[in-house]
Amino acid sequence: MWAILSILVENKPGILFKITHLFRSRNFNIDSISVGVTENPDYSKMTITTYGDEKQVEQIVKQLDKMIDTVKVEHLDEHKTVYRELSLFKIKLSNANDSMEINKLANAYGGKVHDVKKESIMVELTATPDQIQAFEELAKPFGIIDVARTGVAALQRSGA
Amino acid sequence: MNKMESMSGAKALMKAMEKEGVKQVFGLPGGANLPMYDEFSRCDIRHILVRHEQSAAHMADGFGRVSRKPGVCFATSGPGATNILTGIATAQADSAPMVAVTGQVPVAMIGRDAFQESDIIGMANPVVKYAFQPRTAAEIPETVKKGFFIAETGRPGPVLIDIPKDVQTNESEMIFPDEFKIQGYHPWADPDIVNVEKAIDMLLHSEKPIILAGGGTIISSAFAELQAIAEALMLPVVTTFKGKGAFPENHPLSLGPIGMHGHAEANKMMAEADCVLAIGTRFSDRSVGTFEAFEKRLKIIHMDVDPAEIGKNQTTQVAVVGDVRASLRIMVKLLLQKQIKKTEENTWIKHVKETKDYWKENLKLHPGEMGAAKLLRKLRELLPKESVVTTEVGQHQMWASLFYDVIQPGTFFSSTGLGTMGWGFPAAIGAKVAKPDVPVVDIAGDGSFSMTENSLATAVLEDIPVIVFLLNNSSLGMVAQWQRTFYGRRMNGVEQNHCPDYVKLAESYGAQGIRAQSIDELDKAIKTALSSDVATVIDIPIDPEEDVLPFVAPGTSLSDMILPS
Repeated sequence: MWAILSILVENKPGILFKITHLFRSRNFNIDSISVGVTENPDYSKMTITTYGDEKQVEQIVKQLDKMIDTVKVEHLDEHKTVYRELSLFKIKLSNANDSMEINKLANAYGGKVHDVKKESIMVELTATPDQIQAFEELAKPFGIIDVARTGVAALQRSGA
Repeated sequence: MNKMESMSGAKALMKAMEKEGVKQVFGLPGGANLPMYDEFSRCDIRHILVRHEQSAAHMADGFGRVSRKPGVCFATSGPGATNILTGIATAQADSAPMVAVTGQVPVAMIGRDAFQESDIIGMANPVVKYAFQPRTAAEIPETVKKGFFIAETGRPGPVLIDIPKDVQTNESEMIFPDEFKIQGYHPWADPDIVNVEKAIDMLLHSEKPIILAGGGTIISSAFAELQAIAEALMLPVVTTFKGKGAFPENHPLSLGPIGMHGHAEANKMMAEADCVLAIGTRFSDRSVGTFEAFEKRLKIIHMDVDPAEIGKNQTTQVAVVGDVRASLRIMVKLLLQKQIKKTEENTWIKHVKETKDYWKENLKLHPGEMGAAKLLRKLRELLPKESVVTTEVGQHQMWASLFYDVIQPGTFFSSTGLGTMGWGFPAAIGAKVAKPDVPVVDIAGDGSFSMTENSLATAVLEDIPVIVFLLNNSSLGMVAQWQRTFYGRRMNGVEQNHCPDYVKLAESYGAQGIRAQSIDELDKAIKTALSSDVATVIDIPIDPEEDVLPFVAPGTSLSDMILPS
């Protein structure tokens, strides 16, 4: 299963290393990771997505929770969570129609178009990983020159 | 909050350690920890000089396991710090309380590949419970207090404090706090009474219940509670190797250690049981064989102080998180309240006793006079029951598991998690410092002893008389046994060829060396060593071809024992 883990950590140097090392040493995989300081500068929040069966995810949460620098570890229910990833796609333009087609595609996914040149166009998309994947599939025939993705950021919905 | 005082970081370190009750440290000086060493001459903490930093950590480890207070070791930066890492990893693998203090290059030099600089925090992080690197002198008092607290509470473990040289020398106004907060650290959990009740119910409704006591039972000193429960419910007790001696091994309900080199009767009964009360154990592969085979046929009740151990290696039906002594106390109380006591011997217990008697009578032993079983039984016969025993790592360790019965719980220690050769002798020195009034014996093999034999200098010069009971098969015996068993007798890299002469080696350090080539000579040698006030090495030549049996081959289940033919 795909799991979203929200980890509140002390904002100290070296914590990211410790968390990622824990995943490596315990033989778990990181699917995506994003980190940022919270409203309180003493803490950072990491969102890590990973794959594993129920037992494996439970074990990851326990091992993270055991770490002295982690303040709170939550396995978020994806149905009760808002989660988004930012992605940037640089896409090839081969003919005059491509620009219009890609614009339509970007609009359909709520994306924004930047840096339109004769030979390429850049699309910014903030969406779930599934939606980004779907956009990527549709953009592939045009020729994807480069992609950058941030990893998921997630917050549980109020009252969930 | 105490009043502020101005002093250097190094002095603050000593003062903070004194406040933690530290009476001695084990270590070796170097350029980056000299300000700290300079302070030893101005405080009441005894410094015990080692000949290699790995041994300093093992001594601190031995001290910590026996006293259950963190043992302290010191090393300089760079190679001193990397040398100490094996000892730290050993303590982590066996949950031993330890505080390691390393020197570091000055703050401004960190990250510039300075002379004797190593990123010891980065290297140690995977093998410590926590690592600190104070960047100002003023941080030291609180860092030390937190470090000792983390090392000894919850599931104990090693803490590293890496102190840059200028942080040692800088003067600052120091506050020695009485209280502090570590937000993400929750070492205590109250055991859930409902789950303890479920555990009792499950044990009462099982036909073949058994207790598996692990190292956590020893760490929390839950000996009386364990015995009370075993006797009240008439439960046979097996241990992991780390839990060896959690339950008196001369007790009628004791079956001894299970596992790769466990007792035949313990493995047999563990393989037949239908419900296990597992106390303070991580279900190591060396203890339970293949995980799948183990959990497939057993209902598991797991008590552990570390919530992350629940379900890590085995799926459990009932989990009780908390200090295992506290959990067992609740269980004893409930058994008393509900007046639950089984006094009659049932079919299962009769079968257990018959199986135990059978294997005690029928396990084939080495036919010679100097077979391992006879040697270890002679040691057991002559050692007072309160003696502390450590072991090195290898065949002798497993023979100790099989043939040296621990009578007084909590007096047997070994490197069981990391399996660190060279651990036993320095750990024995640390143990003797913790308990100077009881005999301390390192059951050793020549291969393992060779790795830290230079600690003889520490034992002699620091007047710490321990006994090395050296089963000398002139080889790396366990590796040789595997090569004989699994690699078609292609013997490579295992022969030690009677080098060195351990009697002369001991004498060269000013210790006592005795060679025992018969049981009579061994009898005399042990008695001489016990009455001696200097460290003694008893060199006991044995048959290099003697195997440790029974043996559960790696990746198989406990029921697949290789037995002596």
